[in-house]
Amino acid sequence: MMAKEISFTIDGKEVAGLPGETIWQVAHRLGIEIPHLCYSPAPGYRADGNCRTCMVEIEGERVLAASCNRLPKVGMVVWVESSRARNARSIVMELLVADQPARLQAHDPESELWQWAERMGQVESRFPKRSAPPNDSSHPAMSVNLDACIHCTRCVRACREVQVNDVIGMAGRGADNLIVFDMGDAMGESSCVACGECVQACPTGALLANSTALETETRDVESLCPYCGVGCQLTYQVEGNRITSVVGRDGPANRGRLCVKGRFGFDYVQHPDRLTTPLVRKDGVAKLADDWVDPSNPFTHFREASWDEALDLAAAGFTRVRDQHGGGALSGFGCAKGSNEEAYLVQKMVRVGFGTNNVDHCTRLCHASSVAALMETIGSGAVTAPFSEAANADVLIVVGANPAENHPVAATFFKNAVKAGSKLVVIDPRGQALKRHADYMIQLKPGSDVAVLNALMHVIVHENLYDREYVKSHTDGFEELRAHLLDYSPEEMSRYCGVPADTLRAVARLYGNAECAMIFWGMGVSQHIHGTDNARCLIALALLTGQVGRPGTGLHPLRGQNNVQGASDSGLIPMVYPDYRSVSDPSEREFFEEFWDATLEAEPGLTVVEIADAAYEGRMKGMYVMGENPAMSDPNAGHVREALCKLDHLVVQDIFLTETAVYADVILPASAFPEKDGTFTNTDRRVQMAQQVIEPPGEARQDWWIIQEIARRIGLDWNYTGPQSIFEEMRGCMPSIAGITWERLCDQGAVTYPCRVVGDPGEPIMFGDGFPTSNGRGRFIPASIVPPDEVPDEDFPMILTTGRQLEHWHTGVMTRRSKFLDELEPDAICELSPADSRRLGIVAGAWVRVTSRRGMIELKARITGSTPEGLVFIPFCYAEAAANLLTNPKLDPFGKIPEFKFCSVRLEEVSPPNI
Amino acid sequence: MFNRRAQRLFAGSSRSKTGRDRFIKLSYAMNKKTHSITENKSVKKRRRAGLEKGRGRMRSKGRQINASAHNDVRRLLGGRKRRSDLLLEHLHLVQDYYGCLSLDHLAALAVEMRLSQSEVYEVATFYAHFDVVGDNDTVPPALTVRVCDSVTCAMFGGQELRKDLANKLRGEVRVVRAPCMGRCERAPVAEVGHYQVDDATVSSIEKVITEGLRLPRIPEYVGFGDYERGGGYELWRGCLGGSREPESVITEMEQSELKGLGGAGFAAGQKWKIVRGAERPLMAVNADEGEPGTFKDRFIMETDPHRFLEGMLVAAWAVGAFDIYIYLRDEYPASREILLRELGVLAANGLIDGINVFLRRGAGAYICGEESAMLESLEGKRGEPRHKPPFPAEIGLFGRPTLIHNVETLYWVPKILTKGAAWFARQGRRGRHGLRLFSVSGRVKEPGVKLAPAGVSALELIEEYAGGMQHGHHFKAYLPGGASGGILPARLANIALDFGTLEEYGCIVGSAAVVILSDHDAISDVVLNLMRFFEDESCGQCTPCRVGCEKAVKLMERPEWDEALLRELSAGMADASICGLGQAAPNPLLRAFEFFREELPI
Repeated sequence: MMAKEISFTIDGKEVAGLPGETIWQVAHRLGIEIPHLCYSPAPGYRADGNCRTCMVEIEGERVLAASCNRLPKVGMVVWVESSRARNARSIVMELLVADQPARLQAHDPESELWQWAERMGQVESRFPKRSAPPNDSSHPAMSVNLDACIHCTRCVRACREVQVNDVIGMAGRGADNLIVFDMGDAMGESSCVACGECVQACPTGALLANSTALETETRDVESLCPYCGVGCQLTYQVEGNRITSVVGRDGPANRGRLCVKGRFGFDYVQHPDRLTTPLVRKDGVAKLADDWVDPSNPFTHFREASWDEALDLAAAGFTRVRDQHGGGALSGFGCAKGSNEEAYLVQKMVRVGFGTNNVDHCTRLCHASSVAALMETIGSGAVTAPFSEAANADVLIVVGANPAENHPVAATFFKNAVKAGSKLVVIDPRGQALKRHADYMIQLKPGSDVAVLNALMHVIVHENLYDREYVKSHTDGFEELRAHLLDYSPEEMSRYCGVPADTLRAVARLYGNAECAMIFWGMGVSQHIHGTDNARCLIALALLTGQVGRPGTGLHPLRGQNNVQGASDSGLIPMVYPDYRSVSDPSEREFFEEFWDATLEAEPGLTVVEIADAAYEGRMKGMYVMGENPAMSDPNAGHVREALCKLDHLVVQDIFLTETAVYADVILPASAFPEKDGTFTNTDRRVQMAQQVIEPPGEARQDWWIIQEIARRIGLDWNYTGPQSIFEEMRGCMPSIAGITWERLCDQGAVTYPCRVVGDPGEPIMFGDGFPTSNGRGRFIPASIVPPDEVPDEDFPMILTTGRQLEHWHTGVMTRRSKFLDELEPDAICELSPADSRRLGIVAGAWVRVTSRRGMIELKARITGSTPEGLVFIPFCYAEAAANLLTNPKLDPFGKIPEFKFCSVRLEEVSPPNI
Repeated sequence: MFNRRAQRLFAGSSRSKTGRDRFIKLSYAMNKKTHSITENKSVKKRRRAGLEKGRGRMRSKGRQINASAHNDVRRLLGGRKRRSDLLLEHLHLVQDYYGCLSLDHLAALAVEMRLSQSEVYEVATFYAHFDVVGDNDTVPPALTVRVCDSVTCAMFGGQELRKDLANKLRGEVRVVRAPCMGRCERAPVAEVGHYQVDDATVSSIEKVITEGLRLPRIPEYVGFGDYERGGGYELWRGCLGGSREPESVITEMEQSELKGLGGAGFAAGQKWKIVRGAERPLMAVNADEGEPGTFKDRFIMETDPHRFLEGMLVAAWAVGAFDIYIYLRDEYPASREILLRELGVLAANGLIDGINVFLRRGAGAYICGEESAMLESLEGKRGEPRHKPPFPAEIGLFGRPTLIHNVETLYWVPKILTKGAAWFARQGRRGRHGLRLFSVSGRVKEPGVKLAPAGVSALELIEEYAGGMQHGHHFKAYLPGGASGGILPARLANIALDFGTLEEYGCIVGSAAVVILSDHDAISDVVLNLMRFFEDESCGQCTPCRVGCEKAVKLMERPEWDEALLRELSAGMADASICGLGQAAPNPLLRAFEFFREELPI
């Protein structure tokens, strides 16, 4: 039902306001222009009414009113163009202009302020100037020009209310009011996370991104962010064939927000290290595991080749291995950074052309265990609801995840929910930015997840907080679970996890009593040898309480890469074809044999780590690696590098000469994200369209073209004309996206699957009426405590855990070649607790050697209060100190995911470098 | 055409080498399974690269928490709640103990209260009584002397006193200016620590310093026993005992025509009626009279506190509020002592069972006398006024409907309800109704708080109540309502002083702070003094007030005033400011243009 309109008049005209609309919004909708500076129509910005440039006269009121935050009432008589209102707006603008640097010297002469000043004819001022506060250029990516500040607090709202990073404040009083970072600190020294929301919000150029534009004429191209699974929509601003800046776009996932990587990490594509011609390994250059190649000068090891020569060589190698050793000796790694279309082509080429299911990608290293647990319990591996449903949840549990660093924009929505009254529980051994917002922060002992989660379920069952009706009608296995949980009282589990029993009880009650609750998890859950058990517990928790299938409820494994969801959907998994159709199921195999007109291998393929092992043992002879970097990303990377050396034939297709490409026989220069069209699926199952922004450099080619050229040379008759034709074929074998047309994606930018028939709106929240399992019911699978594979001992007394950090992505190939990101996080570091710092006598900035049973690295120590005693955290993005040289490759038996989050190491200070 | 940005270009990716480049020439040798790594060449090379760069963070982002400062703050806060609305209270704890607020303590306080550093810092720097000491600032001397420079004290040499004092005591104590301390009848006034010095001179202040007097002087006042013996709390007991009904009490209040005496003049009974109908209301008492020239609320609290407290309890009871927040200005330390003491007595006598009375301290901000700014301050934030609507009676403190009253309004409640509405309404001159306390200061013989009928004239106040003009002074002009009420010439001293009577002259009675000026006082000085006061006390939220006051002062500091521009500016300030401060700030200037043109540099 339409709510009632509010009829009132503006400048004598009868107008109708919609419920909730302010006077300004009504006027704007009707084309009546009212100036505004502190008010931003961007989503999430509260009207503050402080600048007073939008004043209007309301009959019967003593003073004028700010139209941006005043709701009209029936019969109200509003004058925008009365001389009183006009004069007030003019004098306000004149006051503001008085203190600005002259327009010709302005930091941003085209700012909203100057545009309005010009339209109001108020670019000059009769008032004396104040003395301006000093500017601040301490931040690499942004400049603070307080001489242009009009105190409108848009940046404060951006930082505090929209992104909830809480760095910017308004200090002082009156004319001495001053925008500050933290406590008047320089921006570059502050706790600023450089999301850039403030520069996007600032209407004057007082906060400005350090632009790389040479001219003012740029063109805008709408696309996506290439980094994490949040799937932010953005606009690239382009000058010629060069991206100069990025602004957030109002996409369904990000509502205009971005993080530091999305906003400032775009220049890697223009880095001189880009591969621009095909390369072939020089004759006689041996593959050595400890070798290195300078990416800016690969000619020590490689020579340039024509595309024809390189493609012929690449294909000939695969054919040779296939003919001599069979398809089982070949494998392919696709890429979670590539498009759905590219992922589909890679897996199709491996299955049809190589004749094997040995195709996998880095999903194996992130959420394989989560997917395994989800598939066996509720029959679907994807999220049950988008992360934006946090807004409707009373309770949020974030476990084994650090979204403020790894899914920063998703984290902003969690913080928004908390500000609006939701309760937040964070479960993670390390402290994190969300801790301050959390009602409960459970800093459990690393690896004790099952103990914590079983204790929570114990309380929920014991105290009858579970949803009997839901359990009865929608689940199987409750009695076994109930019996199993008897042994897991909070008091008992407290000994394992180090969390007080009372806290466990309180959290269990909070979740158990919630009307709507949602669970988000990350790699802290999945990257254990008991990763599948961890996920099973989380699923059981939600099933017990019926917290699935409704708004504000659900299970949401936060997906890492921008297209890890889509790459998995498209079949880059050894056990399943596209749309998770099992390779072991004869009827599915028959379907694809007919669909692809090929004979397919019935045996599921090897997973990432298994492929490396097979290569090490000499069973795997040839590999095609598109976009992945196993020499950095895989556990026990020293072993992986040796394995890669042993391959007869390695083809690497990438945009830079990666640590993996060092061992390649052929290197194919590919296209970066902004250099191609394609569809990408975010963590919410939302398929989004990315548009080509610039041309690839030199002879670099689009990935779909390269894959097709190899495929043709190994005997496949492929004739795709581009991403659209590939997508059309995918719709034919992937029922969940069958209803999504290319045109609709071009039109709307995003559609959430399942979308089975054309016109289907898509289904963001799933499983309100049962699960896609054989009997439509979810299943409880009890989990027991399994200790980590390698526990600390006398020789290796500390726990190493690895992960990402805010500024760098994955193995650092892209972000460490971004000027701003590199300046923000230039050095390889390991994080230590203050207690260990004191105990070991290691001060901040000291060089330390970290040694595990598998390798050692040397890097600088960063002392952080968020790190618990006994733990070392090392981001795995630093090639010069690759954390994965240390990690344990032991696998979870179900998800085949390695235990990145736990191995034992020892630390010692090493002498600082002497020159 | 605007290509300045181009000049600030970063070197461009084609020329810049990233950390990765510098590091990439490392050997992987050390990563072999054998651990026999020694200082081989490649390691040295790699390390060197790291050292050359060496500007990465080695701690968490932002300012670190100093462990000992954290302990200090924990110790001071003890078992107190860490709720964010207590931020001002906690800042006072630290300020009182250490004499200033170091950034380390502020950062620690932020952690304790789970606030961001910016949230703490922006509040601490808003209020004049918090001395935030930056990393490179010098710690202020242990003792601060504040010297009032508001209008009455300025007339009596407050500014010269401050200068003389500062010269004399340089380095030993900190001498700072301060706005009105609400002791204008004894101008000029200074404060040594919390010891207030009336009729201050350099030597009297020095004497106080030498004698070590720092704590507030507690004056004689009507205590609980005396108040009770005079019939006090009979009304309150009647309310508690059921012999009074809220409805009839509210009706009585409506009939009395008592208006809000903080300055806005909204009918008290009507306010009670509105809030009575709301859900779970709260009550807030505005004891932050800061209008220069106003000291009647202090007078009440320091002489007859129980009459006010009883009125407060009855009002809360009538509207159904069980939580009462008293927001007391930090300039009234003696009142604070008295209220703390007497609230304890009330509790001990079982008179406030089931009622929570929270006494909260302001921290030196005139704007917090504006009711919505006061609510913000009570919530632990910067005292920035809210937009209205919604009004506090609908959405007030913590988002709940809130009955807000000034001290004096509540002071009259017991008398009205005991003697009857008719009695109160019968008072008054020139057709006005009721009684009120006028704060009379300036060039009169006997300045002070004068109990007089509403509608009394300035001339009557001088002649009947204040003993006439001081010797050698001729009555020239008067401020009828403190700094924001405007300024009137002596020839208009026969008009009724009350709500609604001065508007036709462009003035308001406000808090009834009547400052009498004589032929010794230059109108242009007075007007500039008042504009400077508003500049200092503007919260800075909205442009017309923040920039307007600052520009007005700059224009008025010029040898010649640009009347046209000042008038345009004044109109914009009056029309477009968010709250009364900015709207009323131009009043004295505009009235000076109207009544004292010949005295102005125009």
